[in-house]
Amino acid sequence: MGRKILFVTTDQQRYDTLGCNGGNIARTPVVDALAASGVRYERAVPQSVVCMPSRSTMLTGQYPTTHGVWMNGVPLPVDAPSVAALLYRAGYRTALVGKPHFEPFLDPFGKFTENVLAVQGRETAENQPWFDGSTGPHRGFEHLEFSTHGGAGNLHYARWLSENHPEAVGMFYQVLDATLEVNAAGGGENGAPQVHVNEMPKEWYHTDWVAERTISWLDSLQADDDWFCWMSFPDPHHPWDPPKDEVGRINWRDIDLPAGYPTTAAERERILDAKPRHWRKWYDGELVSNYEAPKHWVPATLTPDQLREVTALNAVECELIDEALGRVMAAIAARGWGDDVDVIFTTDHAELGGDFGLMFKGPYHVDGLMRLPLIWRPAPSAGLDPAVVSRPVGLVDLAPTFCTIAGLSPADWMQGKPLPVHDADADARGIDKALTEWDSELFGVAVYLRTITRDGWVCTAYKPGFVHDGTEGELYNLANDPLQQVNLWEDPAYSSTRSDLVADLWDSQPEPHSPRMPLIAPV
Amino acid sequence: MATLRREIRIHAPASEVWKVVGRPEILHLWFPGLANCTVNGNVRIIMLGSGMPLPEEIITNDSLQRRFQYRITVPIFKFHLATVDVIDLFDDTCLVVYSTDADPGVMALVIGGATTGALEELRKQFESGVGPALDAVGINNNSSVAVGGTV
Repeated sequence: MGRKILFVTTDQQRYDTLGCNGGNIARTPVVDALAASGVRYERAVPQSVVCMPSRSTMLTGQYPTTHGVWMNGVPLPVDAPSVAALLYRAGYRTALVGKPHFEPFLDPFGKFTENVLAVQGRETAENQPWFDGSTGPHRGFEHLEFSTHGGAGNLHYARWLSENHPEAVGMFYQVLDATLEVNAAGGGENGAPQVHVNEMPKEWYHTDWVAERTISWLDSLQADDDWFCWMSFPDPHHPWDPPKDEVGRINWRDIDLPAGYPTTAAERERILDAKPRHWRKWYDGELVSNYEAPKHWVPATLTPDQLREVTALNAVECELIDEALGRVMAAIAARGWGDDVDVIFTTDHAELGGDFGLMFKGPYHVDGLMRLPLIWRPAPSAGLDPAVVSRPVGLVDLAPTFCTIAGLSPADWMQGKPLPVHDADADARGIDKALTEWDSELFGVAVYLRTITRDGWVCTAYKPGFVHDGTEGELYNLANDPLQQVNLWEDPAYSSTRSDLVADLWDSQPEPHSPRMPLIAPV
Repeated sequence: MATLRREIRIHAPASEVWKVVGRPEILHLWFPGLANCTVNGNVRIIMLGSGMPLPEEIITNDSLQRRFQYRITVPIFKFHLATVDVIDLFDDTCLVVYSTDADPGVMALVIGGATTGALEELRKQFESGVGPALDAVGINNNSSVAVGGTV
């Protein structure tokens, strides 16, 4: 019997929403306790700041350039490399419960395996027409139960809600508007976009459903099974519509504005004007370069009270996740597995959360989107000491870490390295940088970014695109400028630093997927 | 309003490929994700894989230009026009261009994005010489269709 793995992901969660990372709004005692007895990473960086590419990186252990999911709407092939398949072949029981998003959700043709699976109400992909055996059960998961951010659609959660609480299906915020754009409609007390009062009781909400379905699957296992369970919460990604009865946990009026929110318009505009042009253009509502933010929302209209309310609701959702994780941990302990379970907690990307006066996400490679919560609580039986790792690591490092936990060698197709267990370990193994990429092409608007995080710097180079000529860039000193408000890209005093980082950035680019896969859906 | 264009080169004569593209009632035999389709006059109703019916109006079916055009006639579209052109490259190959113009713009991608798979399927059937669309129009391995790039 080996070590079991509980892989917990959230969606679009900021680093500073956890108590162990200095957050003081949401109470997150469960994750904080895992951090205290495990390894807490202070500079965990996604390889993409949107869902599909990032989640594909977690599964494959490859950069987006290599696995080929270069933006949302490009599906990961069903026969793509999968760490879950590797673990399954090694004898692990495997499950994915919650949000998958390796394939587009918008799927009127019913083309994508995960949607079809859910439509059929099936919890396993074995013996299905598309099952080709190449990666074991679907993507290596023998058990699949899906949910996303609401109650509509055909994913397992939506079907469960429809069958058991049909009156609740319409209680969620409508994520997309009538034209299938990300909805800009406001709600709550201040009219903030994607805020909504959800009358649903907590017990019907998708956070609790994900935890309960995870516990149910764990209960189905034999005591001596080794298992890998990816528990994937859809929150705290917008919409911000937690159950109404839970909203009173945090009064938005008591919330301080985030440190990254410049309180005057003049200050916001001054900071944005020092960044490449698409920043300010989005703020002013002149250019929406990607699908992931409401097309008809203008960031410049964000008010301090709207931001406070969004921050509070986001924190409520983080608390609900923490409590749900606590119930799963209790169930694990009740099975007698407590000493043998590794828990890794992270998210796919973060959320701008008011930084620079912006919310949601897009081609903006700053801490708001790129500094992730990442906690690894090794199985107590492994005897590893608690630690804090300050060196940059990436989500690309997760798959090889799972292999190491399971006693397997990382596959040769994996491009990351097993996570370091302390800084000296990172230094000894040459773990000193993380790469992030953004490619998007949406109705003639193309944006391409490549970023390196290294030696306390974050450096982004732009390729030619719709509003960029390829000479633009961003350079921030993370120690002196933790909010990334001073762009040093054009500062002659830092030209050698910039040159060194840019050279390393281009030298480190991963092998591209060939041929380039087509964009076939919005998200 | 948004516009989307997908294209593919097929190693088969334009006249042969047009035999399939110009038959609106067999779209489901080469467009993945369609359960079936029926044509009555200039109205085609396609049944999506998700079970949703989608009515369309056939605008153009021009065998001289080898151009087929239709528009989806459901309220979510303020405007829709799909155009399939089969262009002879005069070397026993052809270029098939599938364009989608739509308002709201997202719908161009929701609907038009699927045309990538349709073009791939069309090429696969022609270049392998087998497939339900070819069967429906009486083309098979023994015809003059180029297979795998050779005649």
